[in-house]
Amino acid sequence: MALDIVFAVGFQVLSGVATLLITSLGLAIIFGMMRVINLAHGEFLMLGAYAAILSARAGLNIWIAMLVVAPLAVGGIGLIIERLIIRQLYGRMVDTMLATWGLSLALIGAVTMIFGNTVAGFSAPLGSFAIGSFTASAYALFLIVAAVILLGGVWAILRFTPAGLIARGTMQNAEMASALGVSPDRVYAVTFAAGSAVSGLAGALIAPFSGVVPTMGAAFIAKSFITVITGGAAMLAGTFSASGLLGTVATLGTFATTPVFGEVMMLAVAIVLLRLLPQGITGRFFRRAL
Amino acid sequence: MKIKRRAALKGLMAGMAAPLVLRHAALGADPITVVGIHDASGGLDIYGKPMIACLDFAVDEANAAGGLLGRPIQLINYDPQSNIQLYTQFATQAATKDHAAVVHGGITSASREAIRPILDRYRTLYFYNTQYEGGVCDRNTFCTGSTPAQNVQKLMPYIMPKWGKKVYIVAADYNYGQITSKWITKYARDGGGSVLAVDFFPLDVTDFGPAIQKIQQAKPDIVISALVGGAHVSFYRQWAAAGMKSRIPMASTTFGGGNETLILSPEEANGIVCAYSYFQEIDTPANHAFLEKFHAKMGPNAPYLGAELAMRTYVGFNLWAEGVRKAGSIDRMKVIEALETGIVNHGPAGTTSIDPKTNHVTLDVYLAEAQNRGFKVLQSFPDQPPLDTQMVCDLQKHPNENKQYVVDVKM
Repeated sequence: MALDIVFAVGFQVLSGVATLLITSLGLAIIFGMMRVINLAHGEFLMLGAYAAILSARAGLNIWIAMLVVAPLAVGGIGLIIERLIIRQLYGRMVDTMLATWGLSLALIGAVTMIFGNTVAGFSAPLGSFAIGSFTASAYALFLIVAAVILLGGVWAILRFTPAGLIARGTMQNAEMASALGVSPDRVYAVTFAAGSAVSGLAGALIAPFSGVVPTMGAAFIAKSFITVITGGAAMLAGTFSASGLLGTVATLGTFATTPVFGEVMMLAVAIVLLRLLPQGITGRFFRRAL
Repeated sequence: MKIKRRAALKGLMAGMAAPLVLRHAALGADPITVVGIHDASGGLDIYGKPMIACLDFAVDEANAAGGLLGRPIQLINYDPQSNIQLYTQFATQAATKDHAAVVHGGITSASREAIRPILDRYRTLYFYNTQYEGGVCDRNTFCTGSTPAQNVQKLMPYIMPKWGKKVYIVAADYNYGQITSKWITKYARDGGGSVLAVDFFPLDVTDFGPAIQKIQQAKPDIVISALVGGAHVSFYRQWAAAGMKSRIPMASTTFGGGNETLILSPEEANGIVCAYSYFQEIDTPANHAFLEKFHAKMGPNAPYLGAELAMRTYVGFNLWAEGVRKAGSIDRMKVIEALETGIVNHGPAGTTSIDPKTNHVTLDVYLAEAQNRGFKVLQSFPDQPPLDTQMVCDLQKHPNENKQYVVDVKM
């Protein structure tokens, strides 16, 4: 096998892992910190993509539209949704799932009503580069870097800042944190908004790479869930290890066979893993990680 | 007090009923019920919404001209939400509750095959107005869109001499993509070419990175896409982002059927070659006249009609209406027999006539290239018969046949 094929496949694996990581992280933050399963996660991605596209169309620089406007917009929407819906349902996981599922339908309907089902997107910036006789998108390279920075950024905030300490404390024992003068309600609100903002950023990052339509969330939500559940309790280590494993299996599987079997292999690995490790990867390994 | 209240109620009811009675009286007779089943929400709404707009427009136009057989037409639109189960439910409802004179609908071939048996069983006439893979042989079903012998057969002889002989196919993973890729293989071989590989993608795949690397490894001269729906639009994006657009040219049997040319930027879409029985950009007086009326009626909300699907819905309705006029009745068998006399429609898409052997249509085919969020029409081919279905299906000889034939190409 020629060397350039090895590098091209390796690059594709990294890019598949990065996409999975980026699109799952927002869900992982909300689930890991608050035990809230946000079934509207796919629609948060969609809102991020729409925010980026619409502000870019209004004349904003596309990097600002993607990296600043999208997370701020979706973070703001997350704050409102937490206040109106999620807050009423803390500790009632099934009810939250039902409510956020309804929310996802409402968001699809609202966006379709306001913007229609067709919005002209923007193409991926940065052009392409060559790996031997292969060419690949330079934007995919940017996605890989963005995934690393995003993961590192969230980790650094949780590990080194006072806000991160409070968030971790509340996550471990909300009552004790409350006794020490922390308001868990505020921590949850900020956490949900932060998770939403990460989802919004993710949506904007994948926008130049996907068909942006109101229903686009459906294509991402299942894989995000599988990644988060397979990852287990530790949200960063879990998401990182699960997207690393599942993304690699799916991409290599697709190369070796067909896209259909690539997905089948990924699901099979997830099922076997959850049978052996019902608490997810981080239920057994990296238990003390974030 | 009691009497008063009762009298008031009566007055109220009469008041509420009056407009209903009046409306009926004004139009003179019982309405004829036509049911449309198209996805107005969910992933397939990019196809469904323009189709619904055209069906609405066609029915309004017919009603403004005095209805059919002196009766007004009442259109009921159902939205199956891109969900096959709802298709079967609404088809049953159309036949048993609404007693529809005809059902127009179905977008994907999967949805057609879900409702076709139901409408057969309840003896309700069915029009499927979408380009599809061909082969349906069923007297109760009229397929008014183009099929591979009409579109792929024009596409391949145009692109192969220009671009080369080695073809790589990427297709949606359900009956449409599976069967259409066989037809593409057949016409590629007929032109002296070969198919290097066929890759199928489930409708929710969004990451085409590995597929694009595989295509690069195979080094084809041509890539042909039979991808379907919103998620698959990602393919064209990632293809352009990987810098492949300038390296390998692309043709498609599905591109532009929805709103692909509008979602993608011109750099991503320009140059993709397609063949359909209609493009909004067709430069004929009939098409200009239609578009003027359509836009006057729909205003700024008029959808871009793109290629094929929406226009076939308009043509399909008018073929059925012509059949009813000729039969002088909405009785199913009488209308079928009238349609099978070879009813002709001269419309914005050119001339469409029913082929009585297959209940498909002979239509005009156009070849076009994506350009600046629309299409540039390159060539036109008048009166193309549905040769693919004609090879296997003869409803004149076997009127009770009811199946879908699949072309046999060894891969």
